[in-house]
Amino acid sequence: MIRLEQIHRDFEVGDQIVHALNDINLDIAHGEYLSVMGPSGSGKSTLLNIIGILDHATSGRYFLNEQNVTDMDELAESRARNRHIGFVFQSFHLVPRLTAAQNIELPLVLAGIAPALRRQKVQQVLESLSLADRAHHTPDQLSGGQRQRVAIARATITEPSVLLADEPTGNLDQKSGSEVIVTLEALNQRGITLIVVTHDKNIADRSLRSLQMVDGRVVSDRHGR
Amino acid sequence: MLAKDFIRLTGSAIISHKLRSFLTMLGIAVGISAVVILTSIGEGVHRFILSEFTQFGTTLIKVSPGKTQTMGMSIGAFGTERPLSIDDAEALKRLSFAKSVVGIIQGNAEVEGNRRTRRTTVFGTGHDFPNAFSMPLQRGQFLPDDDPLAPRALAVVGSKVKAELFGDSNPIGRRIRIGGDRYRVVGIMASKGQVLGFDLDDTVYIPLARGLEMFNRVGLMEIDLLYHEGVPEDRVVSGIRRLLVTRHGREDFTITTQRQMLDVMGSILDIITFAVAAIGAISLLVGGIGIVTIMTIAVSERTAEIGLIRALGARQAQILSLFLGEAVVLSAFGGIAGLIGGFGIAQLLHLLIPALPVHTPWTYVLLAEATAIAIGLAAGVIPARRAARLDPVEALRDE
Repeated sequence: MIRLEQIHRDFEVGDQIVHALNDINLDIAHGEYLSVMGPSGSGKSTLLNIIGILDHATSGRYFLNEQNVTDMDELAESRARNRHIGFVFQSFHLVPRLTAAQNIELPLVLAGIAPALRRQKVQQVLESLSLADRAHHTPDQLSGGQRQRVAIARATITEPSVLLADEPTGNLDQKSGSEVIVTLEALNQRGITLIVVTHDKNIADRSLRSLQMVDGRVVSDRHGR
Repeated sequence: MLAKDFIRLTGSAIISHKLRSFLTMLGIAVGISAVVILTSIGEGVHRFILSEFTQFGTTLIKVSPGKTQTMGMSIGAFGTERPLSIDDAEALKRLSFAKSVVGIIQGNAEVEGNRRTRRTTVFGTGHDFPNAFSMPLQRGQFLPDDDPLAPRALAVVGSKVKAELFGDSNPIGRRIRIGGDRYRVVGIMASKGQVLGFDLDDTVYIPLARGLEMFNRVGLMEIDLLYHEGVPEDRVVSGIRRLLVTRHGREDFTITTQRQMLDVMGSILDIITFAVAAIGAISLLVGGIGIVTIMTIAVSERTAEIGLIRALGARQAQILSLFLGEAVVLSAFGGIAGLIGGFGIAQLLHLLIPALPVHTPWTYVLLAEATAIAIGLAAGVIPARRAARLDPVEALRDE
């Protein structure tokens, strides 16, 4: 489902070139649960951004659902992000002036989906994430765990094929963090491909496949717990 | 994105910063109301002046000596052309379309009557003067249709001269001295007020030939011809030109139609209105800069949000239009507030100073609102483009 071939990503920092990703070759099957670990600056987030089509590889090829992403124009990229990819961020990234329900429906609003259908989908996802009573609260009226669950609801509202979570528990206490992980795993069990970038060894141990990255390279790729 | 959602998203961004949005709109509102107030006054004055001019009717044509291009002021001092004579005026009277023809000479002289003296404007003119200039009499009659070359010494006084010299008593039949010569008063003009500061009531009318003699002039200052309505203006002008060219041998005179006079006057007044509007536009410009500032701040404040909605699948064009939309909403609503305020203040000014003519044309109102929206677009372009071109990865990192 996701296939990376000889992906390189170089950044110019001053007059030096930093190889954030160095010859990444990766196949991720539909429905996998993958964790990416590694020290800061090892390229985990860059890898996630390239898979999420927010960033572009300097060279190499990237296929998402058999489509060559490297050839896409801006419009096609935006559409692919909207339909196939859900993002969950460490800092939630909720729009503060919108309610939980309005935040959740943002991807549908951007895609021009009719309000009636939106309401229906938002209601479904709110219920499945036990957020129904929080629909009309603004983010500052929600706890950290609730905020991240709203963010997950937003990421899954378009029924994407892959969910990208960048340190999803980084800003949460132990209890809320494990709730969020349980929520993400439940989604994975229903078929969504889950990729989690994390520092937390416990989370990595729960995943079915774990990548270890150092200096822009994959140094270990463990399958199975 | 649906239009409704677009409005809701831009609206929520504006409402979330109430004071800031209000002040930005106020900037535009002040600019627009300045433009509206100043153009209302300009347009009011414009209409006022034009109506002052058209009170003499629009079928009036002025012939003045000398050939010039614009308002027909005499360059008689260079004097190679023949002056306009009383005979010229008499000849013009015989044209079929001529309703009334009056030669005019104007000067200043001392008028003495009822043992009082007043220096006043003296018009030498003819029998048809009240018809040509729609100036009715209050009492008595105007100068009679005497032999134009040898008229009797009769005079008509303006209402102010009458009041100053004779008070409440009736001057008709009384003798007065004008510039030393004796005249008998036969009529009093109705009060006409001032035209552009010139007091039409502070005047005395005497026969043309006597006026020429009094002011020691060879020719008339102008001949005014009122033609019958319905006759094409071109025909009148060419008829007058043909006649006078035959009499003078060449075209050494200028024909100015009322329409030309109004055109010249109108274009001068247009420039004044425009200049006044331009002054108002400066404050509008300042309001526009306010929008640029606020939108630039909004873009940097919401960098992370921009990154987020890019990640959720927004295109660059959508980001661009969202921020442009915000700028336009600010300027459009500011513009509407400015229109209401400006219109109100203009009317209030008119109430407080009734002499100040005020007129707000609808086309200007629409134009001002369109300008406000255009300013919003122009002011929004730079910040909105910056927002659209943000690298989503960088933007998301911004907290």
